[in-house]
Amino acid sequence: MQLESMYQEIILDHYKNPHGRGLRDPFDAEVHHVNPTCGDEVTLRVKIEGDTIADVSYEGMGCSISQASVSAMYDLVVGKPVTEALGTGEHFMTLMQAKGDPSVAEKLEDELEDAVAFAGVSKYPARIKCALMSWMALKDASARALSATGGTA
Amino acid sequence: MTQTASRPDAGAQRAPLPLDVEAIRADFPILSRTVRDGKRLVYLDSGATSQKPRQVLDAERWFYENVNAAPHRGAHQLAEEATGAYEEARAKIGAFIGAPETEVVFTRNTTEAINLVAYALSNAATAKEPEFRTYAAGQGDEIVVTEMEHHADLIPWQQLCERTGATLRWLGLTDDGRLDLSDLGTVVNERTKLVAVTQQSNILGTINPIAPIVERAREVGALVLVDGAQSVPHQPVDVQALGADFLVFSGHKMLGPTGVGVLWGRYEVLDKLPPFLTGGSMIEVVRMEGSTFMPPPQRFEAGVPMTAQVVGLGAAVDYLQALGMDKVEEHEKALTAYALEKLAEIPGVRVVGPADTVARGGAVSFTVEDIHPHDVGQVLDDLGIAVRVGHHCAWPVVRRYGVPATTRATFYVHTGYDDIDALADGIRAAQKFFGTV
Repeated sequence: MQLESMYQEIILDHYKNPHGRGLRDPFDAEVHHVNPTCGDEVTLRVKIEGDTIADVSYEGMGCSISQASVSAMYDLVVGKPVTEALGTGEHFMTLMQAKGDPSVAEKLEDELEDAVAFAGVSKYPARIKCALMSWMALKDASARALSATGGTA
Repeated sequence: MTQTASRPDAGAQRAPLPLDVEAIRADFPILSRTVRDGKRLVYLDSGATSQKPRQVLDAERWFYENVNAAPHRGAHQLAEEATGAYEEARAKIGAFIGAPETEVVFTRNTTEAINLVAYALSNAATAKEPEFRTYAAGQGDEIVVTEMEHHADLIPWQQLCERTGATLRWLGLTDDGRLDLSDLGTVVNERTKLVAVTQQSNILGTINPIAPIVERAREVGALVLVDGAQSVPHQPVDVQALGADFLVFSGHKMLGPTGVGVLWGRYEVLDKLPPFLTGGSMIEVVRMEGSTFMPPPQRFEAGVPMTAQVVGLGAAVDYLQALGMDKVEEHEKALTAYALEKLAEIPGVRVVGPADTVARGGAVSFTVEDIHPHDVGQVLDDLGIAVRVGHHCAWPVVRRYGVPATTRATFYVHTGYDDIDALADGIRAAQKFFGTV
């Protein structure tokens, strides 16, 4: 059974008890992203103060991977400079392209913390988009928030 | 975890199956492979695309190894034989649905066949030939679809309306997964240009009554297009009995190759439609100033066609006819009855679609309480069971029934009770894995 390699305990924990869930005010940008192949959805808001992500709030529906991913992302990016948060997103993208290669996950452990548990997802091409959806939404929302507030990432 | 054998609880009734599943499975090379670390492949995704028997693969190979040439071009022996094989397949496929070969147009698939009709109706408005303007859609006209359509039978009509200024209207659904025909008399009216309806829903499994829709359309002079993508592979369909103007279906969902589909059209209607794709093969006389076009079906077949695939589809039709479409239909009905009973035995499982087998085919969609369909599908996949998860390219349907997505099992000629037992056991395994029971 290969399932445990994808559904790590950390992922199931985030899925059952999501961190930071709910839409909150104030916010600088709100985006709605969908995964058109399967109907996963997330609405995500970003509040930026100076160069820092002050809050990320979200509502969504979808599979365990998509919902756990946004929860793990919340832990990683809130309170971080926007550039650093987006850099973490790039690391997560690298992890998703690893095709299950454990050495990639090992190298990214420090940067990705809990999110490194998604390494197993990279073996299942159909599920990678589920894991990436929230990070794409964050990238989009941050760009909109910065252009609204006149900042640059 | 291993697949458990059939459990003694089986309250579900196993009617004798009309088809010899073991003999049929031996014809499908892919069914002997294993998946996910040596598990038997339990293929319950024929509604997305069917697997191919050796007879179909052999027909394609025979074509390429023996007669390959571009049909309707050239005077050499291969060209003659390729043309013969292509046209023989057309006649055979036409006979399969009760149509003469002059009414069978080859397209890439159902989607392209529907687009062909939709573009013909908008191209008609600007056609220089007066007879091609007969069915032009424009401002003040209405196109009617149903809320049950998959995207292929919805988006082309939305786009036709956007191109022409026509208005899109639709028939709704009842809570038990049927078409709501209570307002048929008002939704289909004197302004209606065309009604497009699926004969069998790809999600709900519902088999729709086509006769009352055709009857109403005739009263108001509207065309009727029947989407047969999920019906032609699974039940006998006769276009004469159907009474519609168009029937569309895909080869790859009926044991045939990918890349070939069919538009059947009533000849007198096809004859008044302008072309969709243009180029070689479909022309009569070409001058730099302008050209004239062949009669149907050639008018709608621009370019060198998918000849080997058409020959393969001909072999698929032979295969299905040898089994007997009546038996194919009965076979799936027995499997569907069994599946509905097996799923009803599992707490937390809800079938989206009709709960019995009355006017219902073998597409069984369901939700499992507190487990997203993707996660259900992942556990099933781990056990070697291939199902479809998501919105099944019919987003309005899943939205109508208040679920974000479903898991769908679809059956075909090689499906047996053991496949459905595996599905039921797999759903229980998913519930155990995610701790919902």
